[in-house]
Amino acid sequence: MQQLLTFTIIGLSTGAIYAVVASGLVVTYTTSGIFNLAHGATGMLSAFTYWQIRFDWDLPAPVALFITLFVLCPLFGIATERFVMRGLQGTTEVVRLSVTVALFAFMIGLANWIWPNDASREAFLKFFEGNSISVGGFNVSWHRLITFGCAVVVAIILRIVLYKTRMGVAMRAVVDDRNLTELNGGRPDRVSMFAWGISASLAGLAGILLAGDQQLNIEPLVLLVINAYAAAIIGRLKSLPLTFLGAGLLGLLDAYYLMVSDEDWFPQSVFGFSLSGVRAALPTMVLFIALLVRPQSRLRVGTTKLREANDVPEWRTAILGAISLVAVIVGISGMLTRSNTLLLLNGFTFAMVTLSLVPLTGYAGQMSLAPLTFAGLGAIAMSKLPGNGNLISLAAAIAIVAIVGAIVALPALRLSGIYLALATAAFAVMVSKIVFNQRQTFQTGNITVPVLRVPFITIDSPRARLILASVCFSLLGLIVVAVRRSRLGRRLVALKDSPVAAATLGMSLTRTKLAAFAISAGIAACAGALAGDKVSPQQYDFTQSLPIVLLAVVGGVSSVAGALFGGLLLGGNSVLATIVPTVKNLTKIGPGTVGITLGRNPQGAAAQIGDAFRPLTEQPRLIAIAAAGSIGVWALDATEIISHWSFFVASVVWILAVSPNLAALMSAGSRRRLVAGVWLAIGMAIAAGIDWSTALDATGKRIILTIGLVALFGVGAQRVAENAPRVHVASPDLAGLDANFSREDIELAEQKIGVVL
Amino acid sequence: MSVSPILELRNVRAGYGSINVLHGVNLSIARGEVVALLGPNGAGKSTTIKVISGLLRPSAGHLIVAGRDVTGASASALARAGLCTIPEGRGVFPNLTVRENLLMATFSGQKLGDIEDKTYARFPRLGERRTQLAGTMSGGEQQMLSLARALATDPVILLLDELSMGLAPLIVAELYAQVATIATEGVSVLVVEQFARTVLGVADTAVLLAHGTVRMSGKASEISDDVLAGAYLGP
Repeated sequence: MQQLLTFTIIGLSTGAIYAVVASGLVVTYTTSGIFNLAHGATGMLSAFTYWQIRFDWDLPAPVALFITLFVLCPLFGIATERFVMRGLQGTTEVVRLSVTVALFAFMIGLANWIWPNDASREAFLKFFEGNSISVGGFNVSWHRLITFGCAVVVAIILRIVLYKTRMGVAMRAVVDDRNLTELNGGRPDRVSMFAWGISASLAGLAGILLAGDQQLNIEPLVLLVINAYAAAIIGRLKSLPLTFLGAGLLGLLDAYYLMVSDEDWFPQSVFGFSLSGVRAALPTMVLFIALLVRPQSRLRVGTTKLREANDVPEWRTAILGAISLVAVIVGISGMLTRSNTLLLLNGFTFAMVTLSLVPLTGYAGQMSLAPLTFAGLGAIAMSKLPGNGNLISLAAAIAIVAIVGAIVALPALRLSGIYLALATAAFAVMVSKIVFNQRQTFQTGNITVPVLRVPFITIDSPRARLILASVCFSLLGLIVVAVRRSRLGRRLVALKDSPVAAATLGMSLTRTKLAAFAISAGIAACAGALAGDKVSPQQYDFTQSLPIVLLAVVGGVSSVAGALFGGLLLGGNSVLATIVPTVKNLTKIGPGTVGITLGRNPQGAAAQIGDAFRPLTEQPRLIAIAAAGSIGVWALDATEIISHWSFFVASVVWILAVSPNLAALMSAGSRRRLVAGVWLAIGMAIAAGIDWSTALDATGKRIILTIGLVALFGVGAQRVAENAPRVHVASPDLAGLDANFSREDIELAEQKIGVVL
Repeated sequence: MSVSPILELRNVRAGYGSINVLHGVNLSIARGEVVALLGPNGAGKSTTIKVISGLLRPSAGHLIVAGRDVTGASASALARAGLCTIPEGRGVFPNLTVRENLLMATFSGQKLGDIEDKTYARFPRLGERRTQLAGTMSGGEQQMLSLARALATDPVILLLDELSMGLAPLIVAELYAQVATIATEGVSVLVVEQFARTVLGVADTAVLLAHGTVRMSGKASEISDDVLAGAYLGP
């Protein structure tokens, strides 16, 4: 009895923290429709800030609390809304979620940078450390009582704010109808800022309370918040009372499990499977169940105005791209050092995992936060299957994981959007806590995945593995293109564009979603199975999946090129961090910073770069010039006229600065053409003419120089050449913009949009 | 007598993305006048309302309210200055109670108490349902609630977009009786309707919009069935 009371008190105070966190999530989700995955990271950052003020600078607790919770947190929340979230109106849920992932990565990077792990730093004390009172014979620390009290106060304040003040009512009004709020004279932007401010303060409060228990560690502080997701989902992301109830239940469940699992009769393992990871996975199990029993969301009929639009990939482009990718890798792989080869190989592995998101997220619009989990399963399957890595065991590994993917998708089929994303997150955490820590999977902490064995060819050197990876990526990319161009591809896109329309046409949403999940899991499994090295479970953790999702969206999740770009960017980021110590701290916040800009360019970077090259691809003559230049630079290197580094600098300048400007150069007037051409020629001469391997002593400086050259000569030439009047191509979209609609235009337009008079 | 119009659109062009909808609309409403804006589907009626209310920024032209150029002002600024818009569909917040809906009307400067008194006096049924969620009321009651904002906040200009949409004729007649009352208090009203007959009885002036331009305007009583039929069905 005594014990039960003890654990009840522990459970309730844990639940209190969950409640405070979850209520903040609910506040921002309801007012701006953005599920803030970075909510926990805000709490973490604020715990560090409080520590800085309270323990490092030694200011009194009330002052530190006031500064953190009532000044810095609200300011941070307001800034987040103003500069990041506001640009996201009208974007898809995938982009919105990715931006919060970016914010998450950014804040973790920032905390690592400002407060590097230091064992000697001042301890984070609880409130009134050492004080406790006796409740029914059990000593309860003041900290626990304060935690519990905070939750009660938060509940009361939120209730009053949301229901009794005009600002609070306006917050709920914005959810209902943003335009109408404006027509009433309310300012939705200000309302959202207010909501984000409150939410950041709530996260901050929870972070500080939690740090009292857990000390300052980034991971637990950030991840304990995932547990709060479950509470928020029990509250269906809108009801605060239910959220508080859910948080309390979660806290109690955790405490009681702890109590029971200590008993002698409690089994340590079931059928040889250890239960040691179950407690850590409990909240995610609750999350999964809460998602599944959640009432079906109504299919929404109505206009979908998305800022994204994607073309169907052409076979010609795809095949050309695949061949040139392999050719480029074969060409440059000979010049790379062993460590750079391994890093690039790593980038290709990431790119394949990223590619697994293209059919699922890019085409079908189904968000998954668990791509690496499937890669991990693929790696396990490849190492356990007999055959020591031959093609048959690769195929078997892919098939097994694809089936697992479909089975996992089965219960999640009725979910979509944010709920599906959270279900996959729950799945990822459950797998890494329960499956990956079994003796049967990663017995001693890591396993060796055999290198793929292809008949007649031996793949043993890193270079061979890199070429193999590029070939595999190209093949998988072609498969993805084939899927997109097939009947199934059209179904996937229909699923994203309008589930209602697709369902009313008689399309089976279930089968389409299953197919998307199976294909995606298969591709990810292939990436895992090709690891060809020692792997550890940490590599396939949920938190590792987040940057992949982020960079997939940054690169442009609906194209194969975007996946390659995103994957290499992720790989390249670690390259930068290892070889450029001076910018190491910047690379910590790099991916996050890149992702945060998504709001301005939701189609991703690959699409943007693609746009720059579009004029080029329309004229075969220019493609030939661009290709000839690349080959020429390569030839200079191959004949050892220039060094590898000069080759690198020159080819980057050629591809990124000269080639995109070729079209403008050709259509410019003769004087401008001469000026811009000479300018570009000077750039190429500098890039290729100087031996950069001796002129500069660090790789980092060379990379910075390359970026500088591209910017200077590329943008400069563009300025000069593009002042020329562009060739005007009459587009039907432009009618009405620079000229009035003619009668025929109107009739055509009406016919197109289905308006019949 | 030449009094400057309370609301004027000068050569307004507007659209969505690359699709232009309004091609130079000129429109003016005198103080206290009730103007009916008529036209077939896709003529640009709702777009005109969006431009006037500030939700859509015109790509060219000017929006002038009471002699001041307010092109590009935000919808909330215009609303607080006395422009009341009842948008297409139901102009209520379905997940807020009746009372909370009225609280939202206080952004225009009135006290909640005053707004409640005026509303419940005019629509006793809303008084009975003050703690009920607006979304759970009938269509007619919801439209009463949205009109209550116009009645109680004492606007200078009232914009009504498709008030009759989806409602029984009897209720439509009742609502338009309220609009007539509002007009007699000196409020300038712009009413958009697709069903011309329902509104011509209330309006002083009728403006006919087709393909994004004003085709004709004149006294509401002089608009004949032939003219309407011609405009809706094409020559």
